Amino acid sequence: MSLLFTKQFPIELVCFYTFSLLLLLSALMVIQSKKPVQSALYLVLAFFASAALWIMAQAEFLGLILILVYVGAVMTLFLFVLMTVPFENLLFKKNHWGYTISGIAIIILFGLIMSKVLMPLRMLDLATAPAIHSVSNTQLIGLQLYTQYIFPFELAGLILLVAIIAAISLGVKYNRQKIVVNPADQIHINAASRLKIIKMAAESKQTSAVEPTHD
Amino acid sequence: MINLNMFLMISSVLFSIGIAGVVMNRHNLVVLLMCVELLLLAVNTNFIVFSRYFQNIDGQIFVFFILTVAAAETAVGLAILMLLYRKRGTIEIDKMDMLKG
Repeated sequence: MSLLFTKQFPIELVCFYTFSLLLLLSALMVIQSKKPVQSALYLVLAFFASAALWIMAQAEFLGLILILVYVGAVMTLFLFVLMTVPFENLLFKKNHWGYTISGIAIIILFGLIMSKVLMPLRMLDLATAPAIHSVSNTQLIGLQLYTQYIFPFELAGLILLVAIIAAISLGVKYNRQKIVVNPADQIHINAASRLKIIKMAAESKQTSAVEPTHD
Repeated sequence: MINLNMFLMISSVLFSIGIAGVVMNRHNLVVLLMCVELLLLAVNTNFIVFSRYFQNIDGQIFVFFILTVAAAETAVGLAILMLLYRKRGTIEIDKMDMLKG
């Protein structure tokens, strides 16, 4: 217990290995899970682990954005689509062995390539590097984003607007009669047809509530 | 201590898992989109670690834009998927052979 608070205990390394193991295991479960809803939930777990890794690499703002945007919005979208499509259509059928073998071959090939690239590199230490500046990560991103990158930032907003319009126009069932009011009918409406004012004598509360039962 | 190579290892393994998912999965377009998300996650991790290593914030800003474009891509992709399901009644990748390719 006291080992936890001494300088020798590598708490940073333990956190790193825990979260990276969680990330890789949940990524494996995403691609081999039988049910798509399970893969979506494992992808959520992968995003959480990855956000922890990003925060350990001193990208606190992006780690939190990953949780907010991806877990909060994108994965919710995935789950909504999975709920909309009937479930029996989504179950994996019997997997072909050829595809599995080619997938494993690609993992091995890519691993060989990356080990060729990464092994000759000497160990580049991150921990001795000082923090980027004295200001916080969020402030630093904001300072760059609103000065040097203001035009790409506005373009990103435009891309999101186009995506909203595209998603809605693709998703709506195209039946204009139900969603559009006929303009010719609309301009002939006047106030009298919307609201009718009738004149009647004032009544007290008790008589109006009791009298209908006597009749 | 944590060094750059460990992060690069993790993200390259994550990237290869994503590629294997794209190749292995032949039945479900939704899971294919999820594998694309895994690929983007690996790339973003590389960007962030190198931004930390070079003490330069521009890599993190690039990740910010990648996240924006990926969210737009997912929204449009899922809308197309819904349209495809409504027209053809299936989202199996093997059955998308309208072009006779």
